[in-house]
Amino acid sequence: MNIRWSHLLFVFCFLLSACGADSSSGSTSPALYIENKGSDTIVNLALAWAERYQGEHAEVRISVTGGGSGTGLAALINGTVDIANSSRKIKEEEIADAQANGIQPVEHTIARDAIAVIVNPENPVSELTLQQIADIYSGKINNWREVGGEDRPIVRLSRETNSGTHVYFLETVLRLGSKEDKTLFATNTLLLPSSEGIIAEVRQNPNAIGYDGLGYVPSDVKTIAIAKAEGDPFVLPSAATVDDKTYPIARDLYMYTAGEPIGAIKDYLEWILSPEAQNIVLELGFVPIK
Amino acid sequence: MQKPLHWREIIITRLIQASGYSAILFVAAIFLFLMREGLPALGEVKFSDLLAVRWYPIEAYFGILPLITGSLIITIGAMLIAFPLGIATAVYISEIAPRWVREILKPLVELLAGLPSVMLGFLGILVVSPFLRTALDLPTGLSAFAGSLLLGGIAVPTIVSIAEDALDAVPRSYREGAWALGATKWQTIWRVTLPAARSGVLTAIMLGIGRAIGETMAVMMVTGNAPVLAITPGSLFAPARTMTATIAAEMGEVASGSTHYHVLFFIGIVLFMISLAVNIAASSVVFRAKKRAERILS
Repeated sequence: MNIRWSHLLFVFCFLLSACGADSSSGSTSPALYIENKGSDTIVNLALAWAERYQGEHAEVRISVTGGGSGTGLAALINGTVDIANSSRKIKEEEIADAQANGIQPVEHTIARDAIAVIVNPENPVSELTLQQIADIYSGKINNWREVGGEDRPIVRLSRETNSGTHVYFLETVLRLGSKEDKTLFATNTLLLPSSEGIIAEVRQNPNAIGYDGLGYVPSDVKTIAIAKAEGDPFVLPSAATVDDKTYPIARDLYMYTAGEPIGAIKDYLEWILSPEAQNIVLELGFVPIK
Repeated sequence: MQKPLHWREIIITRLIQASGYSAILFVAAIFLFLMREGLPALGEVKFSDLLAVRWYPIEAYFGILPLITGSLIITIGAMLIAFPLGIATAVYISEIAPRWVREILKPLVELLAGLPSVMLGFLGILVVSPFLRTALDLPTGLSAFAGSLLLGGIAVPTIVSIAEDALDAVPRSYREGAWALGATKWQTIWRVTLPAARSGVLTAIMLGIGRAIGETMAVMMVTGNAPVLAITPGSLFAPARTMTATIAAEMGEVASGSTHYHVLFFIGIVLFMISLAVNIAASSVVFRAKKRAERILS
């Protein structure tokens, strides 16, 4: 008899606790949930923003994931995220795909980013022109000697093709901004799946050259000063040189929403442009927009 | 009392039968799905373009030859490393090692098989590739050879585990017979035990190849992923891009239904065909070996 009662009591307690858990999670769980996905360049910034914003607005939950600009925009087109992060502008085809799904992508510029070209600290080369970098990556220059360095083969490192940084670098550096130019990366360019992979290889290999968002470049690799053309001054990337447009490889970073944002998403995007949020941009090594 | 037992038996028999057939069903379903998603690629890209040597999908260059050669050269390299090492380890564990060494070694090797490949990839980036660059004086250590080394390491436990089981299953009377004829330990292993376990050893190697050619993560991290046509022996020491790494790296970004998407599935079909060919080759060799053994015994 005793055993029976304790069993019943146990079941009762279990039910009670289950109900309790249910109702309590219903009342305190945040009603507003924002799904945010895309560019690996932006992911740290988006995480920092989301953390700060959730600290101030307990009712909002923001989930941030990376995967690359293409991945985020594909998710926006398929209707599975609220905000897509992208380090490149949305393509015509992507807009068409989205419209076919009944989604109108709306662009928001959220910060600026300089692309730093990096080499191993042992490499004596510290200045290159845009043209030289283009020739290195397209395979015309294959030895560091040709750009004033040691007699070493050049190992080119790049992000994978789904990276917005890859596409931006192709258009702005390899093709020098020309739409007709069909130059491609040399086939033996190493396509690494992460920023970390590029940094790790540059850190230990004096033959390597790589590029990455300035916010990701650690102090133990060497950043190259770049001149727009022969005879122009060589400029190192920084918030100041991006702002006065003397550093040539800088771009806007975007967030895309499905249609004009409303409610919590609108509030969040407005907050991102506030001085408080733009201060975080500066802390993480990106360049704030006015 | 008999009847319920009988019913239960029927149900259990049917369930076992169904799980047996389900394997066939799954393979057929996967194959059909691959065909449905991959074959449109042939209509969208000219076949000659598919066999071109440039892979740059965002500008519609869909030459898959560099990816196929990349996968093959890395797998061949891995087998050149894993085959002797794996068989030698299996022979040592099964034939030579004293009982207590064997009791320690076998579980350790099997533990190695359970290592997540992404961990090996980290090891590859931080240790193997810098070491290869300085030791072999290569431009970069992120190369097909680094991939082969890691894949060899991944395939060895599979080969050891299965080959050791096969050697263990050879009846003791075979060895005793050889010793009685005055054969040395080495002669017994090389002329009697290994040939007797041949079909099991072959299965081990084929499964090792299957493990190596299908491996993705570790390979993606250490081979540099440069889509270069790998047809000279020197290609082994240059960066390469495999079919698996290409699918893994690019599947996340493609819009479903696009040409790029169909071509990625087409690569999946090629991969499927290659492992099918490896398996058929393996079973036909095993089958022939069995027939010969039967002839000799009868």
